[in-house]
Amino acid sequence: MFEVIAEGTGPLFMDPDADKAREFFHGKNRALVGKVMTVSEAVAKFVHDGEYLAIGGFGANRIPTAICHEILRQRKRNMAFAGHTSTHDFQILAAGEVFDRCDIAYIIGLEARGLSANARRYMESGKVTSCEWTNYAMACRLKAAAAGISFMPARNIMGTDTFKHSAAKVVKCPFTGENYVLYPALWPDVSAIHVHEADIYGNCRLKGISIADLELARASKHLIITTERLVSNDEIRSDPTATVIPYYLVDAVCEVPYGSYPGNMPYEYFSDEEHLKMWLTVEKDPEEFKQFLDKYIYGTRDFNQYLELCGGIARINQLRAMEHLIDTVNGRG
Amino acid sequence: MSDYNTMELMISVAARNLEDGASVAVGTGAPCAAAMLAQKAHSPNLVIIFEAGGIAPLLPTMPISVGDSRTFYKAVMASGMCEVMETLARGMVDYCFLGGAQIDMYGNINSTVIGDWEKPKVRFPGSGGANDFGSMAWKIMVITPQDSRRFVERVSFITTPGYLDGPGAREKAGLAVNTGPHKVITNMAVMGFDPESKRMRAESIHKGFSFDDVQENTGFELLKSPDLVETPEPTADELRLLREEVDPNRYIIGR
Repeated sequence: MFEVIAEGTGPLFMDPDADKAREFFHGKNRALVGKVMTVSEAVAKFVHDGEYLAIGGFGANRIPTAICHEILRQRKRNMAFAGHTSTHDFQILAAGEVFDRCDIAYIIGLEARGLSANARRYMESGKVTSCEWTNYAMACRLKAAAAGISFMPARNIMGTDTFKHSAAKVVKCPFTGENYVLYPALWPDVSAIHVHEADIYGNCRLKGISIADLELARASKHLIITTERLVSNDEIRSDPTATVIPYYLVDAVCEVPYGSYPGNMPYEYFSDEEHLKMWLTVEKDPEEFKQFLDKYIYGTRDFNQYLELCGGIARINQLRAMEHLIDTVNGRG
Repeated sequence: MSDYNTMELMISVAARNLEDGASVAVGTGAPCAAAMLAQKAHSPNLVIIFEAGGIAPLLPTMPISVGDSRTFYKAVMASGMCEVMETLARGMVDYCFLGGAQIDMYGNINSTVIGDWEKPKVRFPGSGGANDFGSMAWKIMVITPQDSRRFVERVSFITTPGYLDGPGAREKAGLAVNTGPHKVITNMAVMGFDPESKRMRAESIHKGFSFDDVQENTGFELLKSPDLVETPEPTADELRLLREEVDPNRYIIGR
């Protein structure tokens, strides 16, 4: 038995029991069956009130925007949320008051762009119960879950108030006697990750940084994939080295071209900074923000309609040029 | 040289602290500009690392996000957060750059809340990767404005560990030995930390300011290095690189 040196006082929103998780994953279907469905079907089927939600990517980079919007349209409520590397995704979900419990590593901010006035109001409203972590702490929790064990040790956070308000514990290493922090495993009920390519079964490829998505995919009880494009299973099998998420982790595959918009999609299109700035600006006035949400999210049928409102393919073409550092005005690139 | 602004001065000073062959974990903004300047001016083998997974990119422009595609443009590896944080934990990252709403005399940083945590007056983003960097890099660097509301006796929440409550506290808590805050670079001065007491001390004062000016804008008693000097100004070469190559659109240096 480890000697516990210190304990955080924060709430634990999910049970870190490894055997219960094994039992769940034991029951998960390993058959190679098609899982293609619409975003609205995937959210209706796999996102449920009260459950624990996580979103892949890094805030406004390779995010499943369509899933976040649809969660608002379907008025999901009382969820717990992994506020891990979350920026624009958090902004959307806070706008819908989707969650009332939040594991916090990074929330409210959109990095150098500024803070979301609405997300801040929501977090200061007293409607959300929270627990403090760090980005690596949350990645460790997912890594533990992905490894099928109930905790992961690390060497950060100790001695800080972040630790005091977490649900982590500090123990003595049985080998060396040094202190280590233990992070409890986190098995989210449902997660959504946006990728470059997937086949109909859910075998996925992504390009560029993986952030914590490989751990998240393996930790999640249910996983919704949105993909820039569907590819054939032959294509996947022609280069198995490129597969980073195997199909048996996946429950739904939704083809959503430009699906990370207004976020960046590596090697495809850059983030739409003007649109993100518009969010930050209209949020300052709650009434104006309500009208904005009605127009862009609640009033749209699906992601394609939202994209049209934001300038459609013409805007995407500009963001493509930016991603590839092509200067179409001066003819350089 | 006298024709430069405060941001250009702070970035140049930060860049000089990054020696060739070192590794540095950065965010966006001034720290990223400092790392890019160091690479171009004197440290071509400086390894730049971003928390979301970008390792040693050839940055074509200033990134907007620490996870955007610029952070792994022509990189040696596009990895993930665990890879980066474990590289820090192994002791292979020399420097990290951090910011925050408050910093105290021991270099502890608050980026979580002002006021009571339960009912915060102001809620900020939280740790993000800051605690991870500040816990596991060898040396913490901070670039921030000198302001007595920012430089406080005790931060209201320790998001990221400095020297906690003094000598030996990091090690006692369980953090790696010989790590901690290194330099705090402001618009008025460069501060370091007294090797014995681990308290913040002024090491160089920028031209046009006195120690008293710095003390007046610090909410605790600032120690004075026995070797207090005037901060060397940016060189013509540093300014040229900064303006023409690092930040031609003046995203950072125009602030």
